[in-house]
Amino acid sequence: MTSRDTVLAAVRANQPASVRLPAVPVFEANTGPLIEQFQEALVRMGGKLAPFGDGRDLDALLKSLFPDAKVICSATPEARSTRPLDKNAAPASLADVDVAVVRAAFGVAETGSVWLSEDELKVNALAYLAQHLVVLLDPARIVGNLHRAYGDPRFKTARYAVLVTGPSATADIEGVLIHGAQGVRSLTVLMVPL
Amino acid sequence: MRPVDHAEASSHFIQATAHLEFHDRRLWDLRLKRDREAHGIAEWEDLRNLASAIKEHTLSHLADYLEQFEAKASKNGAHVHWARDASEHNQVVHDILAAHSAKTLVKSKSMLTDECDMRPFLEARGIEVIETDLGERIQQLDDEPPSHIVVPAVHKLRGDVSAVFARTIGSEPGNNDVHYLAEAMRQNTRPYFLSADAGMTGANFAVAENGSFVVCTNEGNADLSANVPKLHIACIGIEKIIPKIEHLGVFIRMLSRSALGSPITQYTSHFQAPRPGTELHIVLTDNGRSQRLGMKDFWYSLKCIRCGACMNTCPVYRRSGGLSYGATYSGPIGIIIDPVFDLRKYSHLPYASTLNGSCTNVCPVKINIHEQIYKWRQIMAERNQLPLVKKEAIRIIGKVMSEPRLYRAAISATGLAIEHLPRFAVYNWLNPWGRQREVPAPPKQSFRSWYLQNRRRQ
Repeated sequence: MTSRDTVLAAVRANQPASVRLPAVPVFEANTGPLIEQFQEALVRMGGKLAPFGDGRDLDALLKSLFPDAKVICSATPEARSTRPLDKNAAPASLADVDVAVVRAAFGVAETGSVWLSEDELKVNALAYLAQHLVVLLDPARIVGNLHRAYGDPRFKTARYAVLVTGPSATADIEGVLIHGAQGVRSLTVLMVPL
Repeated sequence: MRPVDHAEASSHFIQATAHLEFHDRRLWDLRLKRDREAHGIAEWEDLRNLASAIKEHTLSHLADYLEQFEAKASKNGAHVHWARDASEHNQVVHDILAAHSAKTLVKSKSMLTDECDMRPFLEARGIEVIETDLGERIQQLDDEPPSHIVVPAVHKLRGDVSAVFARTIGSEPGNNDVHYLAEAMRQNTRPYFLSADAGMTGANFAVAENGSFVVCTNEGNADLSANVPKLHIACIGIEKIIPKIEHLGVFIRMLSRSALGSPITQYTSHFQAPRPGTELHIVLTDNGRSQRLGMKDFWYSLKCIRCGACMNTCPVYRRSGGLSYGATYSGPIGIIIDPVFDLRKYSHLPYASTLNGSCTNVCPVKINIHEQIYKWRQIMAERNQLPLVKKEAIRIIGKVMSEPRLYRAAISATGLAIEHLPRFAVYNWLNPWGRQREVPAPPKQSFRSWYLQNRRRQ
């Protein structure tokens, strides 16, 4: 017997009596505007918010947020890249990116998360190898909680999908919170309507 | 093999008082943060019931769901492998790496690969393995196993980490600044991410519906391990399966809240298919799980989502440290899992518990942990795995308790003995309870003699 068949046969022989699968409600008891919940959760998770009003220039804002940035790589045409992002680029070639800019498909109010996949990132590693990540989010595209988020059909089609919540973090040494453990040192969300 | 002596190992842990004090405080702090999160969600108990039922349902149909997962994952372009046990798991991983001539492997944290002792197996075959979770890397560099399933180096203080890093990665000796130490590791690890031949992750959940799996990290190290090299190997225990994507909502809402008291991990990453031009290999591993599935009292432990809440709340774990359990899995969850791997080696672990039930109360998937600990004690007694002192004590207590006259005589004799015997006769190896505690002063009168005196005539 192959290992596959051995494992499956052992599992089948030992399975306990059938237990019914419950239905999962969406628990939508959220109160208050989603954008406020999102912002509060994001800040709690170490993320930043930068105000972006009508008529502001995105490139100028990026310049003011990251005055020392040499390499800016944007996966969305809404921001200008200092070096164009090639979706076929070797991931390691993004190691010197200072600021990455992406547009999230949607956000989650409960946790302050943004949803990204290979469609939004072009090169998945962009959101991890860059020093700083800037995420554009349409405030109209915020869902209440994770149950709503997992109802999004794109989870079924994306090769890679990630809920990103704040920057890379660790508290593995004495519980001291550090941002920029291995991935981005900061994450800034700009509310930019589509 | 001699059984792991948890009490003896703990006695060394306890001697380092600064470490003990910090360990206890840090883990209790995680427990308090977990409480704040749990209390902030009105449907928390509903979520626990759902999570438990979804897991029980899946385990009761596990073979079908595994087949569904395999079929979907293969259709997505992943290569699915099966491993019966730890040695086959390690061999499968090595074969995949060898077929790609891979010499360096960056990996995120996986309890399964720790359980299989994979690192030494690969290293002996010339493969450099780099743990990329900070805590796990600290433990790798110090040649110690993780002491906690979520915070692997929680038993170390910053000075310990500083010494390990100075010795192994050339950081500045004596620099105990935590920011400096974390940055030193970031700088040390980055070249590995950029040049590694292969990346490895574990999985927190594997979804049968679409053949995807989910990895939760705070550092983003799993995403770097999976998204930079051209080869991604995911090692997944067969109990990680859940039926559908919609079920992730239940588990992701509770995982990090239970583990660290944060609403979600910084990165919740879903892998469904390889990037174009790369390969994704999934190693579905049994290693004792199918056996446990057939154990009437213990299959519930397979519901575990490895959040570590039971460890953080356990007074014994907090004051003895994970390494004292001598096993990959420590704390309450370890006590009920480890004996399946080696009954004799872990035969003393069920006594590393006060049976207070706190572990059961915080468990997000409602595993009856303390009841299982009690049941393991019964099994150890039946299988003759009790230490001599405990066995003799239980035999004598059993005899005394079953005979009222003997019991009465013993009670009055004990009172007399505690009052009048010299200390060495009361506080010795026959009385481990008295090692850190004073035996309470005996009451002046037993209840029975008081009753006979005052109530009997009424």
